[in-house]
Amino acid sequence: MKNFWREILRFLAKKANSIQVLSSLLAIVFGMLFGLLVMLIVNPADAFPGFFTILTGPFQAGMRSFGNMFYRATPIIFTGLSVAFAFRTGLFNIGATGQFTIGAYIAVYIGVHWGFLGPFHWAVAIFFALIGGGLWGALPGLLKAFRNVHEVVSSIMLNYVAMYLMILMVKRTVFFGDHARSLAIQDSAELPKWFLGSIFPGSSINIGIFIAILFVAVIHIILNKTTFGYELKSVGFNKDAAKYSGMNEKRNIVLSMAIAGAIAGAGGAVFFLVGGRYLHVNAVLMQQGFTGIAVALLGLSAPIGVLLAGIFYGFLELGGLFLQGFDFTREIIDIIIAVIIYFSALSLFLQKFVASYIKRKTEEDVEIAEGADIK
Amino acid sequence: MDYVIEMIDITKEFPGIKANDQVNFKLKKQEIHALLGENGAGKSTLMSVLFGLYQADEGHIKVRGQEVDIRNPNDANDLNIGMVHQHFKLVHNFTVTENIILGSEDTKYGMLTYQNARQKIKELSDRYKLKVNPDAKIEDISVGQQQRVEILKMLYRQAEILIFDEPTASLTPQEIEELMKILKGLTKEGKSIVLITHKLNEIRQVADRCTILRKGKSINTVVVKDTTNEQLAEMMVGRKVVFELEKTKAKPKDTVLQVKNLSIKQKEGSKLLVKNVSFKAKRGEILCIAGIEGNGQTELVYGLTGMMPIQEGSILLKDNDITGLSIRNRSLTGLSHIPEDRQRHGLVLDFTLENNLILQNYFTSKFHHRGFLKFEAIRENAERLIDQFDIRSSRGPISLARSMSGGNQQKLILGREIDRNNDLLIAVQPTRGLDVGAIEFIHQQLIDQRDQGKAVLLVSLELDEVMNISDRILVMYEGELVGELDPSKIDEKELGLYMAGSKRGEIS
Repeated sequence: MKNFWREILRFLAKKANSIQVLSSLLAIVFGMLFGLLVMLIVNPADAFPGFFTILTGPFQAGMRSFGNMFYRATPIIFTGLSVAFAFRTGLFNIGATGQFTIGAYIAVYIGVHWGFLGPFHWAVAIFFALIGGGLWGALPGLLKAFRNVHEVVSSIMLNYVAMYLMILMVKRTVFFGDHARSLAIQDSAELPKWFLGSIFPGSSINIGIFIAILFVAVIHIILNKTTFGYELKSVGFNKDAAKYSGMNEKRNIVLSMAIAGAIAGAGGAVFFLVGGRYLHVNAVLMQQGFTGIAVALLGLSAPIGVLLAGIFYGFLELGGLFLQGFDFTREIIDIIIAVIIYFSALSLFLQKFVASYIKRKTEEDVEIAEGADIK
Repeated sequence: MDYVIEMIDITKEFPGIKANDQVNFKLKKQEIHALLGENGAGKSTLMSVLFGLYQADEGHIKVRGQEVDIRNPNDANDLNIGMVHQHFKLVHNFTVTENIILGSEDTKYGMLTYQNARQKIKELSDRYKLKVNPDAKIEDISVGQQQRVEILKMLYRQAEILIFDEPTASLTPQEIEELMKILKGLTKEGKSIVLITHKLNEIRQVADRCTILRKGKSINTVVVKDTTNEQLAEMMVGRKVVFELEKTKAKPKDTVLQVKNLSIKQKEGSKLLVKNVSFKAKRGEILCIAGIEGNGQTELVYGLTGMMPIQEGSILLKDNDITGLSIRNRSLTGLSHIPEDRQRHGLVLDFTLENNLILQNYFTSKFHHRGFLKFEAIRENAERLIDQFDIRSSRGPISLARSMSGGNQQKLILGREIDRNNDLLIAVQPTRGLDVGAIEFIHQQLIDQRDQGKAVLLVSLELDEVMNISDRILVMYEGELVGELDPSKIDEKELGLYMAGSKRGEIS
């Protein structure tokens, strides 16, 4: 057994990026344990059954729960991908929330008014949401490239601008005054379920998850297989070297913020093109953008990592819902996620820890790469 | 004779490397003891252990016969050990006095008082002939003087054992000479000195004994005057070293690069960093721009390569006016550039070796098809260059650049730039911080490029390098070219006078 373990470690030591993945998993384990600790403090009697519920979230109600897990993961995969993509190009897109909001509004507007599109209704809505999010994302990119305004500052401020703009526009164009929310979108604008409805009976799942996976695949290919991705990553890792080799740094900054914005915008559309979901006119920032940051970190800024981290998030959220059957609030889940994020932020520390553990056991040297990607 | 410092069987391990492996080092009172070794031999680690920056994993340290435990630089201070780091640790807009008292300020009623300190600094400065004005601001004084401020800082804290880490790296020959005198003066006054260096001449000049480190092990401790330079070098490198390069006389041909009246302004402000510089670089010669750090060489190269806008003048590359071209277009016109800061500009450290090798031509049809990278071509390219330029790494093409040694990182850049087969090769400080073996290799490559009919523009601060491999020297001082020299007709001293701005000549 001991030898077997050592062989596994040796294999990991040789495999690139395994350290990063392990450290993310370790962050999750620590986060869960911390959550358990909090549950023990709040309500010791129900702590273990409650914790068990979190761990078994989607297994509670069979395929229906699984469907809901993917359904909940979908918007977070979009925003996570948006943030991760920007990370990889050296930018911190904290404005995914704003881009998500803009995309959401555009999608709802088209969903309410453009019934003439018939079967293309939802697709066109997503397309324009993507364009809108992209333009919104390009703004901080332009400011950064040509005015040297830090994208964190400008995109945070643009989050609020987006929020109030959305409220204003909803009130003017798609308002349902009785409930202080947007009008219902037309049936043709709702994302179809295709065969998913029969695989996951009774769940809310729709093809949004496929669109998310498509985006993940496209971004993965752009980043890892193309000269464009090579340039973007060069700028992200070392913009001085990118400049030295004659890359157009300014163009790359604007483009990569625009792409990040487009992803988040599409996410907004996918989230709101669902029957029974409305834009509310409360002055509250949508949380998906911020959760996306967490998911991007946990997914090591790699598209496929984000996909997995997003699904894991959906899993936790679902667990949180079931948790309400006990004497817990579902905010426990938020605490667990927050702790996981803290540990992901300490990932370099965890990577060193993992690397030295492997070294002690196997005498193999392990390279720690900063921000390397999963291939 | 008594030892003031005894470091016995010191072992210090970092992840993946034994920086010190059972190293023994003993310092006598009032001696200058050189610590010789290549980069990465463990000199700095050993002294950092002594100065309390690192803790040794094994071994023990005795100071004046007493076994001690040095946990941090404050402990070292209390034991009267002081260190001058290679990069000075001074606050630029503070005065000399303020810098020296920083961390041990005198106060009266909670207010700083300078008078006592100032007086004491003056006395120390006079006693050791350091000639430092206690009221001058650091940014206004020369690098040599800044170094003396660092020395004063140690003396002010009553250091008896002084450690100098590569103290001559950024000094002119004249300043070096002065420093050597100061070092000798210090030992006469009872101080003991450790001199970390890889320059044999300095050791010969001042050191009494010398301990040689190689790959973390102490090889030998010798009395300098009983040992030849060749022996020292051999112990340092572990094999015989060629001091003189095989180099035939240059046969300059037509002009490749012509620079006319080039001026470059500071980014903010109006100071001219490069003033009205004109010169020509020809095929088949190594033209060297010599000068002390910070005299406009960096900006000149930035101007030539397009990394910084120029104010005035024109740049002709093979009769094409490239003055207004972008970096990319200049490089495509025929300019290769080995940048001064290899980690900042030359490499993407988090990329693999093979990806770094395509940094300058990833966009050519050789490496992509309709925007998709050709991974096989990239791998072949890497394997070919690794072979040709002897680039060593732990995992070959997929090693991260970050994990490679400085010498191999530089070979990577060198290979990439030479392989582009451009007519002009600009190499800025190509051997900075490299070990003897890598330096030899890089020099030979530069000479080969020259012999293949390329124009090589070498910008260097190292006098040895300037004298040994260049065919023609232009000296830069405060942004101007102040002399054109033939290395076979002058000596280092004279070159030093030009570099320090005290002599001027004609430029053809």
